[in-house]
Amino acid sequence: MSDTASGDPISDANAALAILAVDPSLGCVLRAWPGPFRDRWLGLLASAFPPGAVRRVPATVGESRLLGGLDLAATLKAGRPVAERGLLAEADGGVLVIASAERMPPTIAAQLSTVLDTGVRVLERDGFADVAPARIGVVALDESEGDEAMPAPLAERLALRVWIAGMPLREAERLTLDAAAVEAARTRVAEVRVPEPILSALAEAAAALGIASLRPPVAAVRAARAAAALAGRDAAAAEDAAIAARLVLAPVATVLPAPPDAEESPPPPPEEQSETPPERESTKLDEAEIVLAAAAAAIPPGLLAALAAGATMRMRSEGRAGAKKLGTRRGRPAGVLAGDPVRGARLSVIDTLRAAAPWQRLRMRATPSAGRVQVRRDDFRIRRFAERTRSLTIFAVDASGSTALARLAETKGAVELLLAESYVRRDQVALIAFRGTEASVLLPPTGALARARRALAQLPGGGATPLAAAIDTAALLADASQKRGLAPSVVLLTDGKANVARDGSMDRAKAEADALAAAQSARGLRALLIDTSPRPQQSGRRLAEAMAATYLPLPAADASALSRAVKAAK
Amino acid sequence: MPTFPFSAIVGQDELRLALQIAAVDQGVGGVLALGDRGTGKSTAVRALAALLPKMRVVVGCRFGCDPADPRALCWECAARIAGGGALKAQQTTVPVIDLPLGATEDRVVGALDLERALAHGERAYEPGLLARANRGFLYIDEVNLLEDHLVDLLLDVAASGENVVEREGLSVRHPARFVLVGSGNPEEGELRPQLLDRFGLSVEVRTPTELAVRIEVVRRRDAYDRDPAGFCEAWRREDDKLRRRIATARTRLASVAVADSVLERAARLCIALGTDGLRGELTLVRASRALAALEGEDTVGDAQMRALAAPSLRHRLRRNPLDETGSTARVERAVAEVLGG
Repeated sequence: MSDTASGDPISDANAALAILAVDPSLGCVLRAWPGPFRDRWLGLLASAFPPGAVRRVPATVGESRLLGGLDLAATLKAGRPVAERGLLAEADGGVLVIASAERMPPTIAAQLSTVLDTGVRVLERDGFADVAPARIGVVALDESEGDEAMPAPLAERLALRVWIAGMPLREAERLTLDAAAVEAARTRVAEVRVPEPILSALAEAAAALGIASLRPPVAAVRAARAAAALAGRDAAAAEDAAIAARLVLAPVATVLPAPPDAEESPPPPPEEQSETPPERESTKLDEAEIVLAAAAAAIPPGLLAALAAGATMRMRSEGRAGAKKLGTRRGRPAGVLAGDPVRGARLSVIDTLRAAAPWQRLRMRATPSAGRVQVRRDDFRIRRFAERTRSLTIFAVDASGSTALARLAETKGAVELLLAESYVRRDQVALIAFRGTEASVLLPPTGALARARRALAQLPGGGATPLAAAIDTAALLADASQKRGLAPSVVLLTDGKANVARDGSMDRAKAEADALAAAQSARGLRALLIDTSPRPQQSGRRLAEAMAATYLPLPAADASALSRAVKAAK
Repeated sequence: MPTFPFSAIVGQDELRLALQIAAVDQGVGGVLALGDRGTGKSTAVRALAALLPKMRVVVGCRFGCDPADPRALCWECAARIAGGGALKAQQTTVPVIDLPLGATEDRVVGALDLERALAHGERAYEPGLLARANRGFLYIDEVNLLEDHLVDLLLDVAASGENVVEREGLSVRHPARFVLVGSGNPEEGELRPQLLDRFGLSVEVRTPTELAVRIEVVRRRDAYDRDPAGFCEAWRREDDKLRRRIATARTRLASVAVADSVLERAARLCIALGTDGLRGELTLVRASRALAALEGEDTVGDAQMRALAAPSLRHRLRRNPLDETGSTARVERAVAEVLGG
């Protein structure tokens, strides 16, 4: 990274802090490890609000605590249902700080997103129906590692991004917040104008950075307004827009903007019925350039590398979100039934109370001394969970040159058939392709099968056969998904002719030995090997035996045979 | 905070059209909007409430019964009539009920009224969301993330128009006819095929790519964020106009003629596409009629069918459940074949 491209993260963190304090509804993703740095930032934020207005929430907060619901203690004491208001309603006008946001379940994130959109919390639980204002700001603490990611719908609604991970400790003192400036800006912010050229410059910059969603440019305008208020201006200037672009647009960029080229014509001016007089056209372009340059300079280094490598960040991050979400879907509630809350069964309090309610008068007459609400054992209702483990089918597709192009098309056809099967069963799928020197995960585990199909259609063919790498990658992915509660099985489609060894060398004998070794170590997996060679080969069968996989030659694999074989492998 | 006005929404023509059609003829059967994040799907749905003409309900009825429709009365209204009483009517707004993802089953279908049970030992039914949504709209944001057991429940009720509650010793049934409106991002998970079929119209929402449109979206949103009340006031006349248009279309709906040739063309279109069942052509014809009524036409023509073929049929092509992008193209091809290019 050159010096010009990396701004000062501390001054960005300070700017985001002040903007968030002025307009908390913008929301923020704070990427930082737990420690004095993060604590100081959060402490400064809290200092800008009344005591108790900035409160911490674990990502795994229960729905009833978040939304409200039956307050058990109060209900039993009062002898009538008493509602708990829930965090969202309690936090109205304040800020919720979500710890380890990457671990938030998707349904909770979706509810939080609705509240951020509407500013009200709608309660429809445990016999209560209530609407309460919930104008909250959210700071998500992102400590994700590897392929974790916070739920995409929530991330999308949090405008500001602050990265203070890995800063030297002595820098912490440079984090500051001017409380007087924030106070002054809060009273001024509603009056600050965002002139037309600034507004369109931000919209243009977002488009140039490949940001499809319209939320970031809308939020950037608001961030620019807050920045102008902090600077004591009545109207947002190019500097304010530049800050907004750095903090809001750059972190979610998906493409690098094309470098300004004097030879080429400038981007076509928007042909809307603009009231801007023509002579202001040039200033408008200048502002657009300033904003875009600011955003480009603030694009995080990791993203830059990924873009340079040709990876599409957008697709990847969404894939991660999808995978994570579905991994948490173990055991969905499936109604209640009578029974004792033993062996970890969860008591459904509301349903137990409902069961007990009609008998209260009788019981009160029988034993008047026994307290206000009398619950007996046969009133107990427990919550049933359908412990359905989601199965995941990992397709590892040989796209090497030895699998001739015609065979590749057939292989794709076979995978499509299996995908259709998965669709009916609502399984997840993942796609690994191997050719050349490596195997790559084209599609991380997802339930969005349309994407799997797209990834498959775009799969190019040709090159050597790194079979060992493919088996290793599949085994690794299977392991990781098992930890998330999925039940993986691997479908390996190959002609079995390995010619790239684990170290990347093109030594056929070594490659075959490595492939067999990889297959041996993957023995614990449920696997199916579909031999795609024109005539079934010994190498494919040997590999299947080493993996303890079901072996199926493709010529025999019509639709029904395939589907039977995959079912058998499960 | 007032909701963002419907007429101030930029672009999203297909979604806005589908919602207006659902407002004109609730029998078209719901709208599903799937697409990219940050395109204003839920903004459009929530804005719909302000456009719906008022409806007449029985005073004091917990299920919003229609006094003019004696066949679809709840047991309470029916008992009042049987007892020789009359049903007093009043005007009220059409309900647009949000079904939040975290809703529990008891709040959706209704349950034993706990307070009355605890305090008086009475077995009384407390209506849930489905009762409130009767004769209105039920909106589920992120519908593809809804818990499966709630989905099953909604499927039953949406099909029968009646909510049957058998729990906690209660045995209750009440009318629950509502228009199901769902939105979501398909990248986050698939929608169950059975639920997909319950929606009359399905709309693909894409993020606008033209810069001018994007700038206009940002500009209007900014104006709304700064001064919601003033912004809504500025758009009130447009919204009023649209509301009158929908009200007029409703009264005209019954008089819009559907020629046999239109039915035949719709059938041929569905045969060419191989859609399952008759729901596709029924929806196409009904939606086309609603559009004709909106446009002030006396008869349904090819223009309406052309406009609505894709939203009526694209989610009913069952041959390849994975090919979502291709289905629109397939419908368009069939339209060109059957109706001429």
